[in-house]
Amino acid sequence: MALTPVENQTPAFTGAVAAASGAFFGLFVGTAQGSGFLGILIGAVLLGALGFVLAGMTDKEKPLRWAIFAGFTAAGLLMGGLAAGVVGALFGWFAGWFVFWLATSRYRAHLAPYLTPGQVLWHYTFRVICGSIFVFLITPILVVMPLSFNAQDFFTFTPEMLRFDPAGYSLKHYQDFFTSESWQDALWNSVRIAPMATVLSVGFGTLAAIGLSQPHVPFRRAIMAILISPMIVPLIISAAGMYFFYSRIGLQGTYMGVVLAHAALGIPFVIITVTATLVGFDRSLTRAAANMGAGPVTTFFRVQMPLILPGVISGGLFAFITSFDEVVVVLFVGSAGQKTLPWQMFTGLREQISPTILAVATILVVISIGLLATVEMLRRHSERMRGMSPT
Amino acid sequence: MSDTTQTGPVLAADGTPLKRSLARALRMQKIRALMLIAPLLLFVLLTFILPIADMLFRSVENSIVPDNLPRTVVALQDWDANSGEIPDEAVFTALAADLKIAAEAKIHTRIGSRLNYEKPGISSLFRKAGRRVKKWDIEADGPFTEQFIKIGKGWGDPEVWRTIKTYSGTYTNGYFLNAADMQKGPDGAEWRPENEQIYFTLFKRTMFMSLVITVSCIVLAYPVAWILANLPARTANLLMILVLLPFWTSLLVRTSAWKVMLQQQGVINEVLVWLGLVADDSRLQLINNQTGTIIAMTHILLPFMILPMYSVMQTINPTYLRAAKSLGATNWTAFWWVYIPQSVPGIGAGSILVFILSIGYYITPELVGGTKGVFISNRIAFHISTSLNWGLAAALGTILLAVVLLLYWAYDKIVGIDNVKLG
Amino acid sequence: MKLKTLTALAATTALVAPMAMAADMADEMTIVSWGGAYSASQKNAYHDPYSANTGVKIINDESSAEAVAKLRAMNEAGNVTWDVVDVVAADAMRLCDEGLAMEIDPDTQLAAAPDGTSAADDFGDLLVSECFIPQIVYSTTFGYRTDMVGDTPPESVCAIFDLDAYPGKRSLQKRPIDNVEWALYCDGVAKEDIYDTLSTPEGVDQALAKLDTIKDNVVWWTAGAETPQLLADGEVVMGSTYNGRLFSAIAEQNQPIGMLWDMQSFDLDGWIIPAGLSEERKARALDYIMFATDTQRLADQAKYISYGPARKSSAPLVGKHAELGIDMAPHMPTDPANAGNVHIYDYEWWADNRDDLDAKFQAWLAK
Repeated sequence: MALTPVENQTPAFTGAVAAASGAFFGLFVGTAQGSGFLGILIGAVLLGALGFVLAGMTDKEKPLRWAIFAGFTAAGLLMGGLAAGVVGALFGWFAGWFVFWLATSRYRAHLAPYLTPGQVLWHYTFRVICGSIFVFLITPILVVMPLSFNAQDFFTFTPEMLRFDPAGYSLKHYQDFFTSESWQDALWNSVRIAPMATVLSVGFGTLAAIGLSQPHVPFRRAIMAILISPMIVPLIISAAGMYFFYSRIGLQGTYMGVVLAHAALGIPFVIITVTATLVGFDRSLTRAAANMGAGPVTTFFRVQMPLILPGVISGGLFAFITSFDEVVVVLFVGSAGQKTLPWQMFTGLREQISPTILAVATILVVISIGLLATVEMLRRHSERMRGMSPT
Repeated sequence: MSDTTQTGPVLAADGTPLKRSLARALRMQKIRALMLIAPLLLFVLLTFILPIADMLFRSVENSIVPDNLPRTVVALQDWDANSGEIPDEAVFTALAADLKIAAEAKIHTRIGSRLNYEKPGISSLFRKAGRRVKKWDIEADGPFTEQFIKIGKGWGDPEVWRTIKTYSGTYTNGYFLNAADMQKGPDGAEWRPENEQIYFTLFKRTMFMSLVITVSCIVLAYPVAWILANLPARTANLLMILVLLPFWTSLLVRTSAWKVMLQQQGVINEVLVWLGLVADDSRLQLINNQTGTIIAMTHILLPFMILPMYSVMQTINPTYLRAAKSLGATNWTAFWWVYIPQSVPGIGAGSILVFILSIGYYITPELVGGTKGVFISNRIAFHISTSLNWGLAAALGTILLAVVLLLYWAYDKIVGIDNVKLG
Repeated sequence: MKLKTLTALAATTALVAPMAMAADMADEMTIVSWGGAYSASQKNAYHDPYSANTGVKIINDESSAEAVAKLRAMNEAGNVTWDVVDVVAADAMRLCDEGLAMEIDPDTQLAAAPDGTSAADDFGDLLVSECFIPQIVYSTTFGYRTDMVGDTPPESVCAIFDLDAYPGKRSLQKRPIDNVEWALYCDGVAKEDIYDTLSTPEGVDQALAKLDTIKDNVVWWTAGAETPQLLADGEVVMGSTYNGRLFSAIAEQNQPIGMLWDMQSFDLDGWIIPAGLSEERKARALDYIMFATDTQRLADQAKYISYGPARKSSAPLVGKHAELGIDMAPHMPTDPANAGNVHIYDYEWWADNRDDLDAKFQAWLAK
């Protein structure tokens, strides 16, 4: 139920706004083709006319949008082959949506009725700004994915790739990852090291977080500072310090050494997330459990643990990623037997550039999405359990 | 407990005074809390704090010279370093005796490398001398002054001897002086020649660029955090994935991706040229300079800014803003005087986190920074793995750590360390 | 000292005590190398046949770039975990000087050539240090984009300083070694006077002033893989890198790149055995070295990568590329056609002046 009454806009308004956006895009296409001015003109006239005409035909939205989409795709294909066709298709989809969005005033439907036109404009400008920041955040990943299918051994978009020529693409880097012994060893080492480090940091970290959240803790600030310090000390200093020290006590180049180092780096994340969960923890629950005769251990595992579990798991995931993505410390503290994925990637970048790195990254991104979904589900679960409504 | 007025102390159920009983309970509670914390504290102290302390100790340690040249150090005590003359035969004899032992243990070149950091050329003097001294008979083959000078002309240079004398203590401030672009001259500490001054520039640049990165993170993170905090939970969580995904993608991969995007034949320049915004022969220089480092590091550290901001903004009640507007404030006034002040803790938390993380970075600046976009950490890494001047690396690290700790202290004062949230 | 011992002691008892440290090394050895195609060529030419002959399992550690620092730390700790290490000659000399590498007697510990020439004569001048067993000869040389230099491909190293004839960026290694020598050479200093000139402060200034003329057009690299990538992208018109990398980009990847053989910096790479190994491990390391540096093995490696074998007797045995089937000899830095004008850098001089010149170079870069 929309609060704001929505009525269709006049053709003049739709046409004018559409023409303005047409001019904007026309400028780029125009300069690319040689004449910016001509581009503005064609773009403005084209979209303006579309807006003006379609504003009166909002009842046939679906077929018309398909028609615009098809028209722009065809124009793109004719002008510059497959690549331009894709650009045309995207633009056609956008133009169709935009014109009807304007014409039906859909843009006002979700906004408060008392907003001035200026405020509505600002609302959408702001969304566009936020959208571009999200694009900034995600682009490197979008660049990595297609490059991982590169048929060449360089990090370069080849002309074949840009023409969408199948010859420019190949799965050989994925094949390399799954068949190469050193990549598989590295994967195996990462899989061996990261969970062990996570278990250590989660075990010690959760215990300490519970201790820290007690009402009376002497030297709380100092202790907190020490426990958080692995996140704060610049990595290169940590790496060098651990390297010197672990060599002296025979831990350098051992599995245990790398695990201990990574556990130390992961601890701040566990402490932070678990103490954050404990802040909202209702202490009367433990008292109630004790009242009913449960010992401290039973209370911990049956009452406290299930409630702080999401915090523990999310801290654990951060600790896991810290170890899984860590290269500086392992480069110093580890040796051949502990070569992890990031180390192999680092050697790859230094000794022999190969898009296998990008293939690995793509696989890891897919895994990350899985992990993120898990965290999100756990969070919702926890909120339900604590009776908080999702905010 | 009791409804009558009592003159004596209040007693607990077991008959002890309540005050003492409470104190004991409190003590028990404290001990229990500490017992829970102790394992982790011990773990962090052993695996992390001790190594850091041990590393920082190297910045003042200089025992290699007095330990291996004990006779020479004693003999040099009477020599006046500013006399402009080389020491007498007794010193050379002492050196021959020390070097003979050191050369047999193959440690003489290590002393040479140590002193070579202070005066170039000493390394080869020790190397050449070590080779010959092994064959000498200290009792019979003297006097040694001429023989040393015959091996290497440097042994006749008072400057070499002054360097040995200056660095004959078990502890030295030489590394710290070097880290501050200074050196020990005849009249105490002095500036290094201008063409060797680099660390001050690097520290300044590290600070400046970290500041720029922090500011650009604030500018980019604020709208994103705002929109995440104000959208319905389902949409916000979906968009949150976009924030966390890069956060969880390997740092090396993201840095390589930025390389592909930013270089002159890279994605961004190609698009700009194709759109006609930039001429083909004047492509933008976006990489191997400060711009490259700033763009790539802003991207890498942005989630560390968004997350704390978001968690603070979530707690801001939107009705305040509406109340302000209904009382007649314009959009801008309401935002500036009502919303911003409430979001300051988030900005503070994010800023200090980003600033602290960025001044310690080294892999990204190494790969995209070129010459003007590298940080002090790159230099530390160089001294640790290439030049092997570990003392200088430790001194630079100590200074960097001191700066970070200062910021950390400020962070704790302003927001409190337990107020960081990571989603 | 005391503090260190105490802390080490405390930590050792707390952390190490529960762990059994008795790894049985009898059938395993750790060989340290550079990684990438280079390690692959060693695996094919040395490791695999050696493992097949002896049953020893070889672990390949790709830490050569940090080898000197790591060996020094291991030595300090008294726990050397590496058996054989691949390093460049300058690092080998440094390790030998510091007593971190074992001295080798070429006549008893290395294989003689098939015709009976002793190993010492077969390696000749390349035995630059008592601890160093040479393996390959490589060059830091220049590659250029054939499609970006027009009809006049560069023929002299001084093309890097010629911005008029070859506009565009060039990539150079981010260190003073080689670069200052090339700068002086192209500034008119005779080849034999280069190090005398560099020994004076004016000489250093002269070299940096020459580099100043192209400073804005230089992309500085730190990893050998960077120049081929930059050339493939068309980011630079020419750049210095190891000749094997260029060969791989040209012959194996078919990139439009040409190679310039002039004043290339001639350098060596080889093995050292760390000092302080147990007798058992030392014996195995020596056995491996004896096998891996014989005439046939060195020639075999050239099938996989275009670096010249360090033995004179291996040169005639160099055959064709293992996959491409092209003759490898003309691509070797040791080939007479390529070695017309080479630059042999002065290890001794650099050992003394490296730190000093590096400080000046870095300060110059930061300006």
